[in-house]
Amino acid sequence: MLNKTGVPDQNLVLSKFPSKETLLKPKAILECYEAIPCNPCATSCPFDAIVIEDGITGIPSLIADKCTGCGQCVIACPGLSITVAQLIDKKALFKIPYEFSPYPQKGEIWHGLNRHGDIICETQIKHVSFNKNSKTALVTVIIDQTHLYDFATIRPYERQK
Amino acid sequence: MIYKDVIIIGGGPAGLCAAKMLADQDVSVLLVDRDHHLGGQLVKQTHKFFGSEKQYAKNRGFEIANILINDIIDKPNIEIMLGAFVIGLYKDHVMSLVKDDEYYKFKAKAFIIATGASEKSLAFENNDLPGIYGAGAIQTLMNVYGIIPEDEVLMVGSGNIGLIVSYQLLQAGVKVKGIVEAASSIGGYKVHATKLKRLGVPFYMQHTIKRALGKDSLEAVEIVKLTDDFQEIENETKMIEVKALCVAVGLSPLSQLLGMMEVNMKYIKELGGLVPVLNHLNQTSNPNIFACGDVGGIEEASSAMMEGYIAGLGVLKHLECPHPCHDQLIEMYHRELELLRNSNYGEKTKAGLKKLGGPYVE
Amino acid sequence: MRIKDHPILTFVDKKDITFFFQGQPIVGKEGDMIAFALHSHGIKTISYSQKLNRPRGFFCGIGNCGSCKMRVDGVDNVRTCITPIKENMRVEIQTDKGTIE
Repeated sequence: MLNKTGVPDQNLVLSKFPSKETLLKPKAILECYEAIPCNPCATSCPFDAIVIEDGITGIPSLIADKCTGCGQCVIACPGLSITVAQLIDKKALFKIPYEFSPYPQKGEIWHGLNRHGDIICETQIKHVSFNKNSKTALVTVIIDQTHLYDFATIRPYERQK
Repeated sequence: MIYKDVIIIGGGPAGLCAAKMLADQDVSVLLVDRDHHLGGQLVKQTHKFFGSEKQYAKNRGFEIANILINDIIDKPNIEIMLGAFVIGLYKDHVMSLVKDDEYYKFKAKAFIIATGASEKSLAFENNDLPGIYGAGAIQTLMNVYGIIPEDEVLMVGSGNIGLIVSYQLLQAGVKVKGIVEAASSIGGYKVHATKLKRLGVPFYMQHTIKRALGKDSLEAVEIVKLTDDFQEIENETKMIEVKALCVAVGLSPLSQLLGMMEVNMKYIKELGGLVPVLNHLNQTSNPNIFACGDVGGIEEASSAMMEGYIAGLGVLKHLECPHPCHDQLIEMYHRELELLRNSNYGEKTKAGLKKLGGPYVE
Repeated sequence: MRIKDHPILTFVDKKDITFFFQGQPIVGKEGDMIAFALHSHGIKTISYSQKLNRPRGFFCGIGNCGSCKMRVDGVDNVRTCITPIKENMRVEIQTDKGTIE
């Protein structure tokens, strides 16, 4: 499915999520599904929580116990395929990479999209930060926990292109 | 006639890395590029690069260009000529070029050809209408000159270039009406496609362009569905109103200068076209001529950089002033190339290199 | 159609340069290539094919394909995608193969 549509199957997506209990603390979700020569996620992790077998080509895996959800890998990943997720009460907190203008501002409400680009929920922008030298913003959003496995990215209300 | 030890033709990632290897060595180097800036296609790349730290992974393409340029720009043994178009390379090792309407002749002991590649075109009715651009042209327009082609663009080709340029179009505020791909699966890294899907870009898989329509410039494109063996299915067509079509159907090595030198070349489809047979030092069948980067086979900038280093090392050895760490560096850079080619995408390159012969036939 | 706001790149506002296309003044920015300065004004047709007189625009944008050739300051067959604009430059659509002078 991924090869034909660019969208991973749901069971593939689920395989990247640790248990809900583990997600009570923020953890990186490494949605890297294809073995390509690439290792910035592993080299950027300050806690050695990301492992790539087979040189630089293997699919990265997360050592959840070591991961603090800092988001360094989210910014470093050239494919923008890593997010950080955490469950808080009935909500889910996500840190996602974002590289479009206008950048979101704290407190705004934006659309939440699934992996197909459909609007599935509303998101509250909690925080926006920029790593030094990187133009990739790390955006922290809050969504309803029911969308934990579907949520992929955000879109502003006024973008109607 | 101006004499140099080494002339590098092409200042993209391959040429810059070759120059870096020659910097501070006991050779006089001239680096020429027809553009008014160094960096080749890297200057237009706004996305973060893959690979490992040795290829500056996670840096954006134009940042990598700056790093490579800064490494060589002030080196006293490297002269740089920009806006310099090489018009001939001759068997007596004379190179002629034109710059600002002036004609220059150079003679060198060794040449490194790093001329890169050019866009392929796609055959369909009215494919010559204004408004139909190669993907590189759109990137140049947008990312170097800050001009958007239109408010909406249709992309044909789902290889890495088609996917990356589509993403860059979105970043420039342009709507991508779709990506048209003849095959049944996406050609480039799936992660690039995933980024586009979640932003709502449709993929028209197993489709191709039947024809373009427009009087003075493009106004609409008709796409047609294909069978599994790429035959058009009559009546399964769709008209898409769009004023800009971006063609990203592959690159072809710019190997004309190598042809002038009559080095041993072969047509290898997997490598993009006519490429030189090279040894493990990226030396052609003419011992004074080396080649690196896309001119030797279409790959990524990451491979071009490694090949540039190898060609630089090769030239130093050939001129009998080898780099003090020649053996270790050659081994390291070949290992890096092996790592970069160790994926499904690398299999195609490896198959092509095997057909080509040279050091890659095991 | 100039980009004002880009998430990754910074486009500095450059000096205006006036040149002439088919006798009409066109304002481009310093550093623009001729073909791109014209394109920023929506001028896409910059040459015509020799036999069938079909409109042509630039295709490759980096000097390889030859679709963008125009007469510039009286010189024929100038590849306008790799030639920067200059103040008062005269740019014309070439209707023949041109000469080498």
